[in-house]
Amino acid sequence: MAACGRTRLWLLVSLVLVSPATGREAQFRSNHPDHPGEHEANLTGIPITSFKWEHVETPYLVALWVLVCFLCKLVIEANHHVTEYIPESALLICCGFILGGMIWGADKVQTFTLTPRVFFFYLLPQIILDAGYSMPNKLFFTNLGGILVYAIIGTCWNAASLGLSLWGCHKGGAMGKAYLALRCWRGETRSCSGPWSPSLCPSVPPSIYPSVPLFLRPFVPPFLRPSVSHVLCLRPAGDIEIGLLQYLLFGSLLAAVDPVAVLAVFEQVHVNEVLFIMVFGESLLNDGVTVVLFNVFDAFVTLGGAKINAAEIVKGIISFFVVAFGGSLLGFVFGLLISLLTRCTKKIQIIEPGFIFVLGYLAYLTAEMLSLSAILSITFCGICCQKYMNSNMDESSVQTVKYAIKVFANGSETMIFVFLGISAIDKTIWVWNTGFILLTLLFIMVYRIMGVFFLTWILNRTRLVPIEFIDQIIMSYGGLRGAVAYGLAVMLDETKIKEKNLMISTTLIVVYFTVIFQGVTLKPLVQWLKVKRASHSELTLIEKLQNRAFEHTLVAIEDISGQIGHNYMRDKWNKFEEKYMSWFLMKPSARKKQDRLFNAFHQLNLKDAMNYVDEGERRGSLEFIRNEGAFIDFKKKFDDEMSEAMPDIMADMSDDHGRAPPKRRDTVPSVSLELHEQSMRGNRAAEDFNSHHLLQQHLYKGRKQHRHRYSRSHFDINKDENEVQEIFQRTMKSRLESFKSGKMGVAPPKTITKHTKKEQQSKMLNGKNRSYLSGDEDFEFSEGDSASGYDASFPTRVAYRAGDGIENPAFMPDVDPSSTMHIPPWLADVELDSVAPSQRAQVRLPWTPGDLRRLSSLRTSVRSSDSFQLTDDRQGDRDELPPPPPPPPRRDGDSV
Amino acid sequence: MGASHPRSEQHQYHELMAKTGFSLEQIKNLHIRFQHLSGNEETIRRKHLSSIPALANNPIKKEIIEAFFDKRNQHENETGSFEEIGFEQFLMVMSHFRPPTLRTKDEEREALRKEKLHFLFNMHDTDSDGIITLEEYRKVVEELLSKSGNIGQEAARAIADAAMLEVASTNAPDMGPDDFYEGITFEHFEQMLQNLELESRMHIRFLDVKTTTMHCGKATM
Repeated sequence: MAACGRTRLWLLVSLVLVSPATGREAQFRSNHPDHPGEHEANLTGIPITSFKWEHVETPYLVALWVLVCFLCKLVIEANHHVTEYIPESALLICCGFILGGMIWGADKVQTFTLTPRVFFFYLLPQIILDAGYSMPNKLFFTNLGGILVYAIIGTCWNAASLGLSLWGCHKGGAMGKAYLALRCWRGETRSCSGPWSPSLCPSVPPSIYPSVPLFLRPFVPPFLRPSVSHVLCLRPAGDIEIGLLQYLLFGSLLAAVDPVAVLAVFEQVHVNEVLFIMVFGESLLNDGVTVVLFNVFDAFVTLGGAKINAAEIVKGIISFFVVAFGGSLLGFVFGLLISLLTRCTKKIQIIEPGFIFVLGYLAYLTAEMLSLSAILSITFCGICCQKYMNSNMDESSVQTVKYAIKVFANGSETMIFVFLGISAIDKTIWVWNTGFILLTLLFIMVYRIMGVFFLTWILNRTRLVPIEFIDQIIMSYGGLRGAVAYGLAVMLDETKIKEKNLMISTTLIVVYFTVIFQGVTLKPLVQWLKVKRASHSELTLIEKLQNRAFEHTLVAIEDISGQIGHNYMRDKWNKFEEKYMSWFLMKPSARKKQDRLFNAFHQLNLKDAMNYVDEGERRGSLEFIRNEGAFIDFKKKFDDEMSEAMPDIMADMSDDHGRAPPKRRDTVPSVSLELHEQSMRGNRAAEDFNSHHLLQQHLYKGRKQHRHRYSRSHFDINKDENEVQEIFQRTMKSRLESFKSGKMGVAPPKTITKHTKKEQQSKMLNGKNRSYLSGDEDFEFSEGDSASGYDASFPTRVAYRAGDGIENPAFMPDVDPSSTMHIPPWLADVELDSVAPSQRAQVRLPWTPGDLRRLSSLRTSVRSSDSFQLTDDRQGDRDELPPPPPPPPRRDGDSV
Repeated sequence: MGASHPRSEQHQYHELMAKTGFSLEQIKNLHIRFQHLSGNEETIRRKHLSSIPALANNPIKKEIIEAFFDKRNQHENETGSFEEIGFEQFLMVMSHFRPPTLRTKDEEREALRKEKLHFLFNMHDTDSDGIITLEEYRKVVEELLSKSGNIGQEAARAIADAAMLEVASTNAPDMGPDDFYEGITFEHFEQMLQNLELESRMHIRFLDVKTTTMHCGKATM
């Protein structure tokens, strides 16, 4: 851990440097307000440089704080043995304590606290947006009923019970003492009653009595009891009393489970998904309730108890619906807007990921402006645009969004927790009242548990799969409060609520207690109770298939049994969604490939390719491909059996794009294949030597060379995947072949065979061949980069062309010269047939860069013709292009 | 058959309750539905089920209907299929989708789980040999994807193949190039679907109360 230690040291040093510096600067400024002016006046020449701190102060501090928070996280995450037991959020808060201490030490005043404005406007939105955007929609909506019950009834219950109980304690006997003290200390003597006389208030020195927990106080012998005034003397004079409404207001701000805290803690615990979505969904949706409750009680406090009548209460209830549903609806509208916009961002691919951030933020601000629930708004915005946006945008943009949104969310989460810690180190906000604080903590726990159990009991009467007892315990225990509560508390109006500071302190204590204590104990509790954990592995293809079959089964059984259940509803919704929403919100091309199965399939392909490369690396070369892929059994070539085997080989993505008509066939003549085979055999021995090396040099690098170009509007992305994809195709094919051959007793790989033979026989065949196309399309072509990315990389295509060319003379002029020169057509064929990249590399070896360049230009021309052909294809023409050179078909489709 | 016996209806219902675990109300409801589907006959044939309008769009309609006529789903260790089924058989098939109650014991749960998985497995294993072969699997996948519109048959096959390969590679990782993966056995099937926890989701809410659902089933279509 030496490294860690050093890091920490470094961090400390940097912090120490930073914080006093800012303090000193501030002093400096106040001492010499007109200093800058003087400076300018005395200026006799052009200064080479000047120091202008004021000029950059705010952004500089912001950036520094961001940096510091990130460094905190870095340090924390470096200590794995600690984060295993203590959740990161708790550690961040502790970091905040330390930082706050430093600042306090330097400035003697807390310069930096978490202000509601910063929190609600700059830190919170991205976290919620992330939550909405990555929300598992299906899970969420399946459990929406339960979530709503917890979020609405549960939150109201929490607020009401907490407020009323505190108020009751205030009024009533045992608790009354605590509050008696409170009042006395405020200088009110009239309501003081009980054993202690208020008249003692002013003069007696402090004792430790106030720190004795409330429930122990009755046991303190009377002679040790101080007079009430001791308690009072601890506090500055004030003149407030907390009335019922203030208590309710306080209850409402503490009622809501906090999405940030919940997410931070539960993310590390991996409970099962239903439990997670229940707690998390509740924490998101209860914002609507909190906002309403808070506003309503705030208004009530302003109005004063006397003026509250039934009409006001009814208005409050109505405002709940308006705020909650209005907010959700607004978010929904913005979500649709994002979806629609991303339909037409093809030309501005670089900035298309920005839309969700901007519009999401606007959704948030708009809701805030209309005093609707901003959190609900941005949540639903994310939920509703995720699907359409992801399919509308280019894959690279989707990745960008996914990544960027995490960066923002995680970053601001870090900052929130650090600043929660920092805010605590401020003498001015601390008002300690043991009774109030302990009671609040107690009530929060107790009522949360009661609420959860009661509501679950009701829910379980109708739930198909009841929520289990231990899950309920975790749900109750997971009711973490966080920065939202703190933000609301800080927003309280001091003129109306004189005990604002007490409320802030209590809120902070509650936040610390729940985040740190409950956060730390949650994980052991989960383990101890053996709560069902989530299996968080990506679903395999077969699982997805099964899942889908399963869903259909459920719907069918419902249909047959004549029940209208959730499945029925979901089915209807899906149909509707598919028919109208997708039509409206998705690009036609995206609509076609939105299928999840294909994503899984896609993933599988990629994984396969990776494995393949790994394996190749491990063996020191890609030799084995050759062995499997390149040995061609000529006898089999014409076997009909083979044609059966063929189709399976690869999925062809273009199909799912609906593009290619099945009948087109590639026209590679069998002659060339055979030739190739022979030459291959001849060459093999020679080729074997360091083919891997060659591959590196020529196959991979060749492409990369063309990648380094600066352009703000074009970003050549994903080029690497070409390689991966190519290789994948080969492996996948050979794997399938061996699989198949095992089954059929046929010798392995004859892709080639198909080309020559099967032709129109079987469509499946086509699928196979086209797979090249499709694969390529998917990975290689992001819009924008059309020709640039690939230039030197695909000699194959050219070669291919040559093969084609035989049938289709039109292409010959373009292709032939180079390909014949450098690659004998048969070789080319083989390559396309998925043999080893290494071969290609070998083939290419003799080329000079100049040749490469020539090739590339050729290729470009070829490509363009390809696209035409493809389009032709779509119209059902016979395909003359064999597999590979795929123009980005999607775009083609669009443009044509 | 059950329905054809001349016993009193009530008695018969109670017997069915014991056998299938449905409540009396649920059985009554389902019986009404049954009669509705069969047109007040004693038995249901395939054509009755396939004429349910709501099923028309279900891609795996065929498999599901077949499941109703599959003797394996009657828990009597028979294989083969019926030409027509009575109410009792109908109910037995339906009982696969009965949610467990809080009172269900662990062993029962386990048995239920197996039953449910067997039901799914049988849907794929059309020739009742205990193995889902590639051919069988492909067929299901093709049908499953046939209604999605965007996926051609070849693609569906390719997907089925890839999925099969996936199973093969997880279950028999050491397979040599000449080995032949015959197909998915029930054990593999079970293992594969572990993560999905299908068994815990394979429930349908069978209404207790007599409602208009019977009509809804058809009327809303």
